[in-house]
Amino acid sequence: MRRMLVTLASCVVLLSSALAAHHATAVFDLGKRLTLTGTVTEWFWANPHCLLRFDVKNDNGETTHWVAETQAPPNMTPFGWSKQSFAVGDQIKVTLEPVKNGQPLGRILQVLLPDGKTLVAGAPAIPAGGAQQ
Amino acid sequence: MKYVEADLKVRLYTVRLYKVRLDSRAIITAIAAMAIVTLLAPAISGQQGFRRTPGAVYDRDFPGKKSGPAPRRDISGIWEFANGGAEGIQADGAKAIPSDGKPEHELPFTPEGRKAFTANKPTFGFTQVPSALTNDPMPGCDPQGFPRIVLHNAHHEQIIQTTTQVVILYQFNKKWRSIWTDGRKLPSNPEVPAWEIKDSPPPEARFWGYSVGRWVDDYTFVADSNGFDDRTWLDNAGRPHSDALHIIETYHRVDADHLEKTITIDDPKYYTRPWVALDKMPYRLQSASLEIPEQECVPSETAKYNQLFASPAAK
Repeated sequence: MRRMLVTLASCVVLLSSALAAHHATAVFDLGKRLTLTGTVTEWFWANPHCLLRFDVKNDNGETTHWVAETQAPPNMTPFGWSKQSFAVGDQIKVTLEPVKNGQPLGRILQVLLPDGKTLVAGAPAIPAGGAQQ
Repeated sequence: MKYVEADLKVRLYTVRLYKVRLDSRAIITAIAAMAIVTLLAPAISGQQGFRRTPGAVYDRDFPGKKSGPAPRRDISGIWEFANGGAEGIQADGAKAIPSDGKPEHELPFTPEGRKAFTANKPTFGFTQVPSALTNDPMPGCDPQGFPRIVLHNAHHEQIIQTTTQVVILYQFNKKWRSIWTDGRKLPSNPEVPAWEIKDSPPPEARFWGYSVGRWVDDYTFVADSNGFDDRTWLDNAGRPHSDALHIIETYHRVDADHLEKTITIDDPKYYTRPWVALDKMPYRLQSASLEIPEQECVPSETAKYNQLFASPAAK
């Protein structure tokens, strides 16, 4: 039974990557996932993409300023996101797909909120770069 | 979901697989598990991509239910994609013929058309570039125009019929078009029109073109448009058009709840033959009280996005 569950879990993870990867964009490291814990410094509810800015401290106490995008507001509200989703100072856990060039930038897949709820970004079907509203 | 941990577990399990004796039971279990997941994959995928505008209804809400008969000469109402809002997102170009490098999706460019396509630098599709290198007119909130409004990031449309026009209100940027139904003809040359109606100004090249329409039968409305400004792109993949662009737009009222839209591109300067960009795209009639969401291109917000994200991401 345990063997079956592990096999099943493996298949789910592999398939999830394949499903996410078909939305190609030039700047993202497709299929790569990072999970970061940090503190919200700004939630910019805007077009063409919303931006979540948050600070992440490493073990040495050094802070990295991350900027992560979502799609435009009308594409996020059906998934439960709003202008009030985050407040400055919120402690959050963000799972994102980073950009290729190593800058602290990425597109959000989901965020674990301080109250234990999770916001999921939905399918990343829309391109980056301001070309999409 | 802890992707990092999950990936690690997969790798550990893979390593362990080599150490265990692969008996027939394990193989059958693995095959069965793969089969189950493969069968579930479309459902998982569909759920991930499904967006629901509050109050909107889609075909999945009425499984097996047959719609009533189509009303005669009526395409009015608020319309949304019958299979969900994500259906209208055409990131890689026109839905019927995306820019994906497949030979069957190669457009019939003239030499001039290919030159124009090569000069365009889209951020999506087969010829995509990083966003910082694009010359897409949209990021700066230049007019998207028609037909890109329905071939890129299409959303709700509200169609209003008057005695002289079919008016289409588009969600994106709150834009609208008038399709004249008073019997006037398309100007043969939009730059120097042989204009028939005294009180109307002559058409010049427009981002939204100039449109006239007619009912070809009681359930099919066809519009022709020309007079386009060639600065707009046809779609998000940088497909170009010239000032000779002529668009044929067909709306077929299938039944009480459904409308199909077809868009045909006819541009003899850039394409050797007409091609279909949207092929019987199904829309579902929404409640008359549905509120169409606001969606604006905001230059100041775009500038901040480019500064904080798009430019550093492309370095």
